[in-house]
Amino acid sequence: MAAEVILDVRDLRAYYRILKGDVKAVDGVSFQVRRGEIVGIAGESGCGKSTLAHTLMLRKPPLTHISGQALFLGRDIMAMGREEFRQLRLRKISIIPQYALDALSPTKKLGEFVADLVREHGIPADRAFWAKVEERLRFVNLDPKVLDQYPIELSGGMKQRAIMVVSTILNPELIIADEITSALDVSSQRFAASLLVQLRDEGIIGSAIFITHDLAILYQIADSLLIMYGGHIVEAGPVDTIVHEPRHPYTQALLNSLPKVGVQVKDQRLEGIKGTPPELLEIGPGCRFRERCPYRTERCEQTPVTEAITPEHTIACWHHREIGGERVG
Amino acid sequence: MAAKGFWKRHENLYFAVTNKKVIFGVVVFLAIVALAIFGPLFTPYGYEEFAGPGYRPPSKEHWFGTTIMGRDVFTQVVYGLRSTLLVGFLAGTIASAVGLVVGFVSGFFSGRAPDEGLMMLTNMFMVLPSLALLIILSAYLPYRGIVTQSLIVAATAWPWTARAVRSQTLSLKSQEFVNLSRISAAPVFRIIREDIAANMFSYVFMVYILQFNGTILSSVGLEFLGLGPTRGISLGLVMQNAVNWNALHLGMWWWTIIPGLILTLLIVSLYFINTGLDEVFNPRLREL
Amino acid sequence: MAEHKKDPIMSVEQVTKIFSSGVFFRSYTTAVQDVSFKMYPGTVLSLIGESGSGKTTMGRMILKLLRPTAGKIYFHGRDIATIRGKAERCEYYRRVQGIFQDPFSSFNPLFRVDRVFDQIYDVFFPELPAAERQARTREALLKVHLHPERTLAHFPHQLSGGQLQRLLIARALLLDVEILVADELISMLDASTRMGILNLLVDICRSTGMSVLFITHDLALGYYISDYTMIMHRGRLVEQGATHEVYHNPVHPYTRMLFRSVPDIGRRWDPKERFIPEQVSREIEEFYSANRGRGLVQVSPNHAVLMSLD
Repeated sequence: MAAEVILDVRDLRAYYRILKGDVKAVDGVSFQVRRGEIVGIAGESGCGKSTLAHTLMLRKPPLTHISGQALFLGRDIMAMGREEFRQLRLRKISIIPQYALDALSPTKKLGEFVADLVREHGIPADRAFWAKVEERLRFVNLDPKVLDQYPIELSGGMKQRAIMVVSTILNPELIIADEITSALDVSSQRFAASLLVQLRDEGIIGSAIFITHDLAILYQIADSLLIMYGGHIVEAGPVDTIVHEPRHPYTQALLNSLPKVGVQVKDQRLEGIKGTPPELLEIGPGCRFRERCPYRTERCEQTPVTEAITPEHTIACWHHREIGGERVG
Repeated sequence: MAAKGFWKRHENLYFAVTNKKVIFGVVVFLAIVALAIFGPLFTPYGYEEFAGPGYRPPSKEHWFGTTIMGRDVFTQVVYGLRSTLLVGFLAGTIASAVGLVVGFVSGFFSGRAPDEGLMMLTNMFMVLPSLALLIILSAYLPYRGIVTQSLIVAATAWPWTARAVRSQTLSLKSQEFVNLSRISAAPVFRIIREDIAANMFSYVFMVYILQFNGTILSSVGLEFLGLGPTRGISLGLVMQNAVNWNALHLGMWWWTIIPGLILTLLIVSLYFINTGLDEVFNPRLREL
Repeated sequence: MAEHKKDPIMSVEQVTKIFSSGVFFRSYTTAVQDVSFKMYPGTVLSLIGESGSGKTTMGRMILKLLRPTAGKIYFHGRDIATIRGKAERCEYYRRVQGIFQDPFSSFNPLFRVDRVFDQIYDVFFPELPAAERQARTREALLKVHLHPERTLAHFPHQLSGGQLQRLLIARALLLDVEILVADELISMLDASTRMGILNLLVDICRSTGMSVLFITHDLALGYYISDYTMIMHRGRLVEQGATHEVYHNPVHPYTRMLFRSVPDIGRRWDPKERFIPEQVSREIEEFYSANRGRGLVQVSPNHAVLMSLD
């Protein structure tokens, strides 16, 4: 029983056009987000996950949309003009960008920041609005008095909660959260991640895309996972499948390199992945992981086609049948 | 071959002499300085002398024309340039030196007594209106020379430098590379030279250039109001006379515009040097 | 910690650090309060805490970048506050080194990154010929999986945070270090590169007897790599002991809260549990009043807990 698809990304390509050429940061990405789903996009730095978020919502030169569609509630947001998209922003689709904490102006009180933000989106900051803001702040265990405070008076965790409240104030259908836990203390991380789930459960948000490098947190809250590497999605599927039965060599290696409480170096040595991610400037065809892959063959010089192992579990690797799944964790 | 080695070691110098903005600025600036130094050799007149008929546009005898009274504008400009440049140099040096010391000490001891005290002093000087000060002083001093004018202009210019240097010192203190040098047991003077001074040097150099500019402009402004040196001639004084005698209305464009143009070129050339040096000193701004 | 037959290399005894600011309206901040622990050869000691816990300040005091307001730090029995003069400092830093949290501000932006290696050679190996210097630098870079061609002769802003951090590790490897203070050593590195570096550190510890003070907020990493774990909260050392004891039998409410917050692959958080970070302050207060007067308690030979503040 599949819920309605609210975001359908089809073969999306977005490159950074710079003097030296094109940096192919997002190169043929396709996935779907269903209503009520929390989709996790995981990958290391340079894999294109943040670029993907920016392509959907914050496109600015040199980031250029090359081809592909992103159908949000049936309409292609890549083809929309600025004005048309502005109607959707904050109301239907919202983003919490990376480093949002640093974006708070130190000389503006939190309340002023909120007022400015909604005014820019053409929403009146009337009494009903502020009542709603206060209610939501209490929901995240913040005293509404924080609206009268300056960012410097609040801790990182509190600021992040305030930003989450503001970004979801109009009950968007989809929220894109880009590394919202990375800069926080461990205790605030759990709270922020759980908050995303709560917001979804309470119906305040419809669905969420949670972008992070931290697979462990995604395991806690995501319904499905997309693993990105070098601008491609290498594996996608339900979170338990990906974590316990990964098929792509990168996913397997990544999961094997994660420390878990209960494993000490004297008992079991974890290994990292040798090498570094590829340079994406004018990169040619072929699997982008092949330089670091132990299963590499000549076939890998051609870009892998995404295949379905099961209807929900897709993979982009020529050799996935030979590799088989490893039980992890 | 030895030359290549030299440039490799003094990389910054290499970038400095090949930067287009720096070259342009230096050429123009040196031309103006040359004008000030050698200009008077080319003119047979004195700057107070009635050199010929008044109201004459630029000609072979009077390169920049004559004033309404018949004084040679070229002579006035080249002598005036000397005085203006001297004030810029004196006042700029004093203001930079004082500002540097105050700013550095303040930043170094931030949060403690020297910082609080010096900042209070800086703030007090910052609100001093130079104009009012000069008016008061001129009421008491029968004679205002270049040195006095330099001192007064410097006194109101240094606070800005002090604040800027202090904030730069503060930001340097929190940088880890100073700590890294400390745990490498690097000798103290090396830390001061390479980590602290080197990161401040570019700043200081550019601050000096800005001070030079600022003090020239301040003194020209004062002269324009008639509060310049009681004797002698300067660019501002030339322009002030021109305005007093309604030069533009009377069609004597050469009296106001030429000195003004030279002043502008002077200021602009220094700003070019400054901007160009910013690229030299800050590797991040270079497109490597 | 009773297990050791060897002597401790370093002994931190009741160290406190108070910062003051302002002249007319003086304010005080206590960053570290009454912290004591020992470091033994060939062991990895994790110092775990969140922001504001004082862990970085503790690291800086060991590196002699800050002076303790009270208490003493002993290195091979000698009070490090008495180490003065160039020769003595040189000897100290030959054996005690550190890697700072922010790799970008650890490099002077005006110089190429080679300078951090030159600094070491100039002070510690002044007679070494240039060719030998280059060879050693190369060797150190390869050990941390860096390409000498892609990193040397570059400016800091041209390299990534991960590369800069590895350069700092390579720099520390040039010396015969007995104690390495690693402050958030791998925070900038990707998960796939972290393990390589961590395994390298562990190998060095085993082979040379180097000790690492691994300052971090990542509990899973702490468990993987360390023999002993110390938990800091608001300047105090609230729990310390052998890693597996602290992790499997946490006593202090702050430690317990930390472990509940760690996301682990294989175990899901209880969705019904209402987890609010602020709650822990109240729990800690109740814990301290319930155990008033007990102070630091040795729960087992290898496990100590701060049960009250008095």
